[in-house]
Amino acid sequence: MAKNKSEGYLSAKESRQIAKANRKVINDLEKKRKRKKVPESEYLTTMHDDKNAVEFDNLHTYFFTDAGVVKSVDGVTFEVPVGKTVGVVGESGCGKSVTSLSLMQLLQRPQGQIVEGEIRLNLGDKAYDIAKMPYEKLQDLRGNFVSMIFQEPMTALNPVFRIGAQLEEVLELHNKDMSKDDMKKRTIELLEMVGIANSEGVYKMFPHELSGGMRQRVVIAMALACNPKVIIADEPTTALDVTIQAQVLDLLRGLKSKINSSIMFITHDLGVIAEMADYVVVMYAGRVVEKGTTEEIFENPAHPYTIGLMASKPVVGKQVDELYSIPGKVPNPIDMPNYCYFKDRCNMCVGQCDGAYPGEISLSDTHKVSCYRYSGNEKKGV
Amino acid sequence: MRKYIIKRILVSIGILFFVTLVIYTLVRCLPASYVETMAMQLSTAPGSKPYEEWLAQLNASYGLDQPIPAGYVHWLGDFLRGNFGDSWKFTVPVVEEFKSVIGVSFVMGAISLILELIIAIPLGIIAATKQYSKSDYIISASALVGISLPTFFFATVLKLIFAVKLGWLDTHGFVGRNFAQLDSMGQFLDKCSHLILPIATLTIVSVGSLMRYTRTNMLEVLNADYIRTARAKGVSEKKVIYHHAFRNTLIPLVTIVGGSLPGLFSGALITETLFSIPGIGYVSYQAMVAGDIPFTMFYLTFIAVLTLLGNLISDILYAVVDPRVRIAS
Repeated sequence: MAKNKSEGYLSAKESRQIAKANRKVINDLEKKRKRKKVPESEYLTTMHDDKNAVEFDNLHTYFFTDAGVVKSVDGVTFEVPVGKTVGVVGESGCGKSVTSLSLMQLLQRPQGQIVEGEIRLNLGDKAYDIAKMPYEKLQDLRGNFVSMIFQEPMTALNPVFRIGAQLEEVLELHNKDMSKDDMKKRTIELLEMVGIANSEGVYKMFPHELSGGMRQRVVIAMALACNPKVIIADEPTTALDVTIQAQVLDLLRGLKSKINSSIMFITHDLGVIAEMADYVVVMYAGRVVEKGTTEEIFENPAHPYTIGLMASKPVVGKQVDELYSIPGKVPNPIDMPNYCYFKDRCNMCVGQCDGAYPGEISLSDTHKVSCYRYSGNEKKGV
Repeated sequence: MRKYIIKRILVSIGILFFVTLVIYTLVRCLPASYVETMAMQLSTAPGSKPYEEWLAQLNASYGLDQPIPAGYVHWLGDFLRGNFGDSWKFTVPVVEEFKSVIGVSFVMGAISLILELIIAIPLGIIAATKQYSKSDYIISASALVGISLPTFFFATVLKLIFAVKLGWLDTHGFVGRNFAQLDSMGQFLDKCSHLILPIATLTIVSVGSLMRYTRTNMLEVLNADYIRTARAKGVSEKKVIYHHAFRNTLIPLVTIVGGSLPGLFSGALITETLFSIPGIGYVSYQAMVAGDIPFTMFYLTFIAVLTLLGNLISDILYAVVDPRVRIAS
């Protein structure tokens, strides 16, 4: 939309136009969202596959900024099967977190909006489309059915409330008939479950009295308090040192098998993905470029971006002077090209690459890639 | 905590010593000299001594012949013994004059502070939660207008509307013309009605900055990660704002409010003068202009004590609302 002559520079006229266009779109969307008493039929939907816990279908999440529309998530489609872990990888700013925030409707409104697509959430007996769900209804699902582990343990806890009170709040919100004593018991139990030894003491502490690793555990305990069916782990280990990281990952794995929930695991650490995930989704510049089972992605990466990612991770026992890095940079999110987003950085281009953004090509039942290199050999690998 | 408070009080006493030294020096250096004015007057009387002789005699009797350091020590000694002296201008003991004018200033200050808090905090929160909406623009714009309006201009506008055009209230003064004929209830109401315009002026010109402050802090807190965590827990939007966010917004607010406590006693010089209210601001101004050293010293020391106390109070309140600065007892 914004015709940037040189990067970052907008004339007054252009910025007025952008602001006007943004206001129009935002007001329409906000009006729709702010309606009172939305009938359930409007957001009731059916899952395409009952074995999936969450299905993202052609999700578009845009941010209407003063510099133009940032298409953070631009047509993302993937699913999280029940009881499985799906790893979402990609470099910073590729839309991983925004995808997960869309699932919780935690986007910074009114600028951040889901403009198109569906997020189908399987509640067992019925399915809801999160993208169309009213905010008030979603409150009952948040923390209860879907919960999120945030990436910044140092800031994710409210500094003025005690750990116990913050944990009990989730229980109180979703278990109306639970007694105070039961809540405290459950809270202590949760703290013990995430491996906090001095749980009685921590219960009475303030966040600033705990270390980063301890706080991350509290955040995890908070996310698990109501045994959610879907857990979004948004880089839960990025802020932690390696020894704690391993503990936290073990903890998540143990919990997954205990309460049989699905995990959407967001990270840019490929080692963690290999360890944790059953399926991998690779995102680049707001789109899914490749997805498949963990073996398929790691053994047989197809998209040049995935290949680059694999090449850029350190390998034990291999001596290299310098780690590989993918040349170039991500295109400006406000002004995306109309050809393959990765073309300018790609060293494996073919003739068709000048054409429109490539469609999805199935390499196997589970392995999908968006790249012209594979057009023609669809499903050959099956 | 007690140890901390005692330490702070001791430090405050040290600061107070230097503050009084500085203000004594400044007051002595003021060009307005009570003694000179008086000597001038006395010397113009027929058959009187010449100016120089009067000046020397008066300087000696008022203790102004001493150099500043000696004068300060003398003043400090009297002050510590609780002997604040007599006001030169008002010719009554300083404390008596002070007591007679502090009441009305305190009432005005307290009411306008309470009104400010009641108006500014909720509006600031509304403006922050509905950022860039119409209500936000209206609130922010009126806050800016309030900040930008000079007191004298706004007071005059109020007088024009409510006293001259509508005739509801008097333009100035603390009591009405027929005050003496009223019963006690009537006298009370008469005084109240004379305080409406000054309090309105004080509130409106100072409410804006607190409102903007609340809005800025609330916005900052609302963008914090822990607010997102609270939302992710399924907390309702109302509770997110008034429980999770507001507790954090309070932290900087108490500093501001605690720091404004001395303002309750310092009076409002311009407003009191404009409305001819005999409050401490107005009276201390008169004393300063007349070069009334005992009254000025008492008033300025009193303000210094209150400022130090206000800082201490806001630090203690800070620890009450923010667990991170709580000192292990």
